[in-house]
Amino acid sequence: MANDSKFTNQKFKLVGTRVMRPDGVDKVTGRARYGADASAPGQLVGAILRSPHAHATIRKIDTQKAEKLKGVKAVITSADLPDFTGGEGELYNVLENCMARGRALYDGHAVAAVAAVDAETARRALKLIKVDYKVLPHVTDVDEAMKPGAPVVQPVVKTKDKKAGPTNVANVTTYGHGDVDAGFGKADIIIEKSYKTEQVHQGYIEPHACLASVGPDGHGELWVTTQGPFAYRNWCATLLGMEMSQLKVTSSEIGGGFGGKTHVWIEPIALALSRKANRPVKLVMSREEVFRASGPTSPTSIDVRLGATRDGRIVAADAAMRYGNGAFPGIWGEVGAMAAWACYDIENVRSVGYEVLLNRPKVAAYRAPSAPMAAFAVESTVTLMAEALGMDPVEFRLKNAAREGTRASYGPTYGPIGIVPTLEAVKKHPHMRARLGKNQGRGVACGFWFNFGGQTCADLIIDVDGTVGLSVGTVDVGGARASLSLIAAEELGIPYEEVRCNIADTASLGHNDMTDGSRGTFSSGMATIFAARDAIEQLRVRAAKAWGIDVKNVSWKDGKAIAKGKRKSLTLKEIAEASPNTGGPISGHSQVVADGAGVSFASHICDVEVDPETGGTKVVRYTVVQDAGKAVHPDYVEGQFQGGAAQGIGWALNEEYVYGKDGRLQNPGFLDYRIPVCSDLPFIDTQILEIPNPNHPYGIRGVGETSIVPPLAAIANAVSDAAGVRMTHVPMSPPRVLAAIKASRAEKAPTG
Amino acid sequence: MKGIAVSTTVNGDAVEFVCDARETLLDVLRNHLGLTGAKEGCGTGDCGACSVLLDGQLVCSCLVLGAEVEGREIETVEGMADGDRLHPLQKRFLEHAALQCGVCTPGFLVAAKALLERNSNPSESEIRYALAGNLCRCTGYDKIVHAVHAAAGDLRRQQKARKKRKAAG
Repeated sequence: MANDSKFTNQKFKLVGTRVMRPDGVDKVTGRARYGADASAPGQLVGAILRSPHAHATIRKIDTQKAEKLKGVKAVITSADLPDFTGGEGELYNVLENCMARGRALYDGHAVAAVAAVDAETARRALKLIKVDYKVLPHVTDVDEAMKPGAPVVQPVVKTKDKKAGPTNVANVTTYGHGDVDAGFGKADIIIEKSYKTEQVHQGYIEPHACLASVGPDGHGELWVTTQGPFAYRNWCATLLGMEMSQLKVTSSEIGGGFGGKTHVWIEPIALALSRKANRPVKLVMSREEVFRASGPTSPTSIDVRLGATRDGRIVAADAAMRYGNGAFPGIWGEVGAMAAWACYDIENVRSVGYEVLLNRPKVAAYRAPSAPMAAFAVESTVTLMAEALGMDPVEFRLKNAAREGTRASYGPTYGPIGIVPTLEAVKKHPHMRARLGKNQGRGVACGFWFNFGGQTCADLIIDVDGTVGLSVGTVDVGGARASLSLIAAEELGIPYEEVRCNIADTASLGHNDMTDGSRGTFSSGMATIFAARDAIEQLRVRAAKAWGIDVKNVSWKDGKAIAKGKRKSLTLKEIAEASPNTGGPISGHSQVVADGAGVSFASHICDVEVDPETGGTKVVRYTVVQDAGKAVHPDYVEGQFQGGAAQGIGWALNEEYVYGKDGRLQNPGFLDYRIPVCSDLPFIDTQILEIPNPNHPYGIRGVGETSIVPPLAAIANAVSDAAGVRMTHVPMSPPRVLAAIKASRAEKAPTG
Repeated sequence: MKGIAVSTTVNGDAVEFVCDARETLLDVLRNHLGLTGAKEGCGTGDCGACSVLLDGQLVCSCLVLGAEVEGREIETVEGMADGDRLHPLQKRFLEHAALQCGVCTPGFLVAAKALLERNSNPSESEIRYALAGNLCRCTGYDKIVHAVHAAAGDLRRQQKARKKRKAAG
């Protein structure tokens, strides 16, 4: 019972209600402390010198003048970060990405850092550091990087054919099943299309920030905005040659992450500066640094081939998916290839992912990483096929949608899933019957995300007044404290207000994987249920002791221990008050690998209006339908749906990294990298479906990421409908839409 | 570095500080006065996370120099609540779940307060344009617009009740 994760279909009293979040007052009064809001006695200010070149050999770094400047307490280069990683592999890449080691691999790559008494002195010191660069040829475009003769980003990376020279393709992975060629042979209609998406950034409003303190005794503390304090602790300790237990990492409130705070950038540098200066060091990225030198998502180039029979059945599907990884190898093409066809039941299916190296920043996760671009290419082609068949795009999707028992293109066989219910809901939604005006168009698209469970640990303490402290190790990125408190209160049978959820530091709780993969509420929810059940076991023991009966005759219901017979039940509060005399403190604990994160599906509807004179697009109506498994706190589930849609709208219409011919990022600021503002968007309608996850006691699935998967395609389908021309390049910014309209007019115009 | 001595008023309290000529009002609030409610999201006036009121006018405190606020009145998110009573905007933001990560929230609250002080009954589009200088990456703005709309109603009701009391007494 205690650690049984099977769904039980209980009737909830609290889960599913819209309670106030416990961290709310702090966040509306300015009291909540984020990464840059902490300070320490004797604190110094850190600053980082970054490469102005996209690709260069670093011949020499002269730091002497900077070191002599009054008020400078430490200057470091990669020489101060000796390699403890063995010189290869992902950890070495993390080390080299944090600070260049003999070569700068992208515009913004860190080269040296200083710690000084104030920001102005630190800035002046950076100017005194002289770096001798030998500039090398660079490449920033995915397709260019794959051409023979392209500048090579990482000479150590070779193709599997050892005789061939170095390459920018770090890995190739293939997923699928059936006989794709034979499948296309059966098709009545085949559609082939190529797509491109530009690189975008998570755009969290809070830049990376930390406060590091390391003493000569080897003990250290790090206060940092992160999605994963345990992962940060492990990386930082390893890279600095410290013992993990000697470094305590505390996650601040986090001002947005979306995957971008799952990776260390400035933190090892701050710790190295602190160690050298023997003073606490605060290091905060500027917005320009965030754009140039954190971890945006991949730019992509994707070819899709889809074959169907006249009756509307997809018989073959194939995709070649080239994902830019930045300067270091990653898994982004592979994840894209896995996600590409996951919505459909296809007999003959293949997807091939290419990991392409570029002189751009090391790519990090961005909300359902790699899936939105894959969905853009696939869902655009699916709509094209429906048009070619003369079928309704929703009906065509329904006819080919994956169901329980379908073997997914990436391997597993699905349990109960939500793709068909979301499409059925779309079909019935009033949005689908709303009239479209002049220059307006409508698009529909589906999206999939795997979701993740992972290592999770929770402590639940019963205080002597009968209230409850819950400690979890997954950072609260947007209301999880409220959801987890609801779950603890539900399981124990006490009021929500009597639970206080605390996000533990790395010294106070066992390892927890990061808040990523939409796992926060799913996995910490599971750990919370198990910790509560552990506490209930002890509460029953104490009650049995008080009654002098066997514990097996004591049950727990509605926050009370109940004995067989006519004894008056004992409330949690009564048992807690008596605890000093019945055996001491009562607490529950759980540690799990939370398997069985249920996959997630969504279908979105979007209406846009395209101005044919300017190519400008306005989203006029947007609807999100998504399966949540169980919405623990519906407000914050809706918020995830709306937020993901808004990010997708920005990606689809405006956002893009613009690199110059010199390989430098041209728009590292919110003025030129324009994310949607309040006046750009309509209200975003949401519909929560609840198809219980059989592998969670409450039926919960992750909800955070899937909402960003369909928008690129839904909007592309809508813009193409409105403009009368198929859009294949994201973002569909005004110049691109206008050029497409003009090209289409020229094509249609009578010649001569 | 020669410091500049400045006397000003912050959230109704007289405050004196010494700052470098290059320091912004945001630097002063955060680093000298311990008021970290205003955030630096960009430092270039594009995100609005550092919004404060300067003599009642909405400004990005990252674009104002500390030395400029001599003799002026500054209002930050820390001054919004009336003792232990939250401002209607603060209450409605919580009730409507208008924040997720919360880092942009102080700026939105200050910007929304500036709006409601000049327009007690704004339309959806007036709310959206008034808040267009504040970036939020979590919410898609939906619940923020609803919260501001609800708070506007609260403030109008409060004002009406005040007038009624005045007329009666």
